[in-house]
Amino acid sequence: MNIFELANPKRFMRFSAALLPWFWAIAILCLGAGLFIGLFRVPPDYQQGQTVKIMFIHVPAAWVGMMAYASMAVASLFGLVNRHPLADAAAKAAAPLGAVFTALALITGSLWGKPMWGAYWVWDARLTSFLILFFLYLGYMALWTAIEDETRAARACAILALVGAVNLPIIKYSVDWWNTLHQGESIFVKGGPLIAPVFLWPLFLMAFGYTFLFLALWMVRIRTEILARRARTLQLRMGTA
Amino acid sequence: MSGFRALLYRDLRLATRAGGGAALALAFFAAVAVLVPLGIGADLKLLGRIAGGVLWVAAILAALLSLDRLFQADYEDGSLDQIALAPMTLETSAAAKIVAHWLTTGLPLTILSPLLALLFDLPVAGYVPLLVSLAIGTPAVSAIGAIGAGLTISIRRGGLILPLLVLPLLSPVVIFGAGVVSAALSGLDNGAIWLLSAFSLAAVCLAPFAAAAAVRLNLAG
Amino acid sequence: MDTPRVSTLIASDLAVVRGGRAVFRRLGFRLSAGEVLSLEGPNGAGKTSLLRVLAGFLPAFAGRIELILSDDSRLDGDERARLVGWLGHQDGIKPNLSVLENLSFYARLCGQTGADLRGLLEEVGLTRARDLPGQYLSAGMRRRLALARLIVSHRPVWLLDEPLAALDVRGKAMVGNFVTAHCRNGGLVIAATHEALGLDCARLELGAP
Repeated sequence: MNIFELANPKRFMRFSAALLPWFWAIAILCLGAGLFIGLFRVPPDYQQGQTVKIMFIHVPAAWVGMMAYASMAVASLFGLVNRHPLADAAAKAAAPLGAVFTALALITGSLWGKPMWGAYWVWDARLTSFLILFFLYLGYMALWTAIEDETRAARACAILALVGAVNLPIIKYSVDWWNTLHQGESIFVKGGPLIAPVFLWPLFLMAFGYTFLFLALWMVRIRTEILARRARTLQLRMGTA
Repeated sequence: MSGFRALLYRDLRLATRAGGGAALALAFFAAVAVLVPLGIGADLKLLGRIAGGVLWVAAILAALLSLDRLFQADYEDGSLDQIALAPMTLETSAAAKIVAHWLTTGLPLTILSPLLALLFDLPVAGYVPLLVSLAIGTPAVSAIGAIGAGLTISIRRGGLILPLLVLPLLSPVVIFGAGVVSAALSGLDNGAIWLLSAFSLAAVCLAPFAAAAAVRLNLAG
Repeated sequence: MDTPRVSTLIASDLAVVRGGRAVFRRLGFRLSAGEVLSLEGPNGAGKTSLLRVLAGFLPAFAGRIELILSDDSRLDGDERARLVGWLGHQDGIKPNLSVLENLSFYARLCGQTGADLRGLLEEVGLTRARDLPGQYLSAGMRRRLALARLIVSHRPVWLLDEPLAALDVRGKAMVGNFVTAHCRNGGLVIAATHEALGLDCARLELGAP
């Protein structure tokens, strides 16, 4: 007997297998169209020139980086309350994806920052918050690998994810507060520079594409996790039979 | 309440005996504070300006030093099982341990801080804010640290992973705590003291629940 | 502090899963006041797991555990913890505290502030070691101190994991006497042992994994 058979991963496997091709298709179409329009059809910004186009890579990455944490926290909550192993697998699978998207946002953000601010890193409030978010992901993944017992690791990580989710808005607020305290003369208006309508379309497409890319990758990772657990259970059964 | 007191007194006694963490945390705090000027040079103007931030960071690192053993020592020698069976909730036990940790690290660090601030030539206006901010903020360090300590109980080198879990969560404490000092130095009222108090209060109230949940899942053995 | 008396402990249809594998399932028994249950079986059969489930440390995957008190009220869930006296593999002794300090901490933790600790230490043969720090105790002495702690906790349900380990002949006889006395006072004892307790008791054989 195995607890992972009692939950309902079987239905998830069927359901996800049907959805995955659609998710991939939407992701690829949106990203392709968004990149094409963004890079070749949009005029350069009168202030920032071509560098403004980094925005199409950067902004959706940041958005998905946050969404992944929210997904992880929700999955963790289900894992803790309902003791559902599928939720544990989902939370575990979301973390590395979130970390990669956050890292992408950090890298593109600092590349964007170099021509704009004259330095790769100027302790801009938003990027600093994302750096802390990145560390939260690292801590979560480190905790998961450090605890050997599977169920215990899932519960411990769920608690950490929820504590992080409660604290994240406070961290964000405190970093914004800190930023205004120390860099009061910053030239950037709160809420970011206004976006011209020509930029909106490709940005919207890219955000849509990133979201479905994340969903597709997340599903693949959850499926892998379920299969890995099955393999482990089989191994155990063969080993003790 | 008798169980709370018993656990609190025992932890205080263990921390202050030879081999306990209290004196070590103080020594570490002082060592870090001395190392910083050696690293950046003896420009007193600069040192005076950064004293608040440096001492805050050093205090948090020093408080973290003894956190990994907060529950782990009891977990390894079987005391935790007995504590879990005591006629009080695990949340109460976690609170007792948080209070004991603060009394043996946060409070002594706060008291030592003016002496170290002297080495940094902190302007006179900064002393009281430094003391007050450490007194208000360090309980949050013990409280949030206890969550990390609970989560890493069963990890053999838990002390290595604990800072990675806890430090990002503590960034508001550093920001507001150091903010109190810099507000005093610049003569502005930035409200940091209230933000710090609110954060610390929330952390101290909520952390025992998260820490107890973390400890509970490790009782499975 | 007065602890309620327990008349019956009923475990029904228990299953425990560790690491995705069932350690045991459909396990049930019933134990009344004054009885001893000895858990037997090879290593890995789940004796310690069962004890930890009974203590409430390890959540059971299925089944339930009920305590019927002498006033016919029923307890299940977390309230059980206050009725359990636990003697585990580890002795829970702090190396930096003396024998007496270790014991008096546990007495106060359980609200037994008025207990006669010195008399108890004499009973377990630790009078002369009273002021010795925990780190200087031998394994057998640690075990005796753990026994004293079990008695001072004043709990009706004793869960003992290898109570005879590390004890000499007289120590083993002492455990037998304590268990007998506890049962005579209306207590319940569940013990996982490799050696026979040397007492009249019910047996529960746990199978190989």
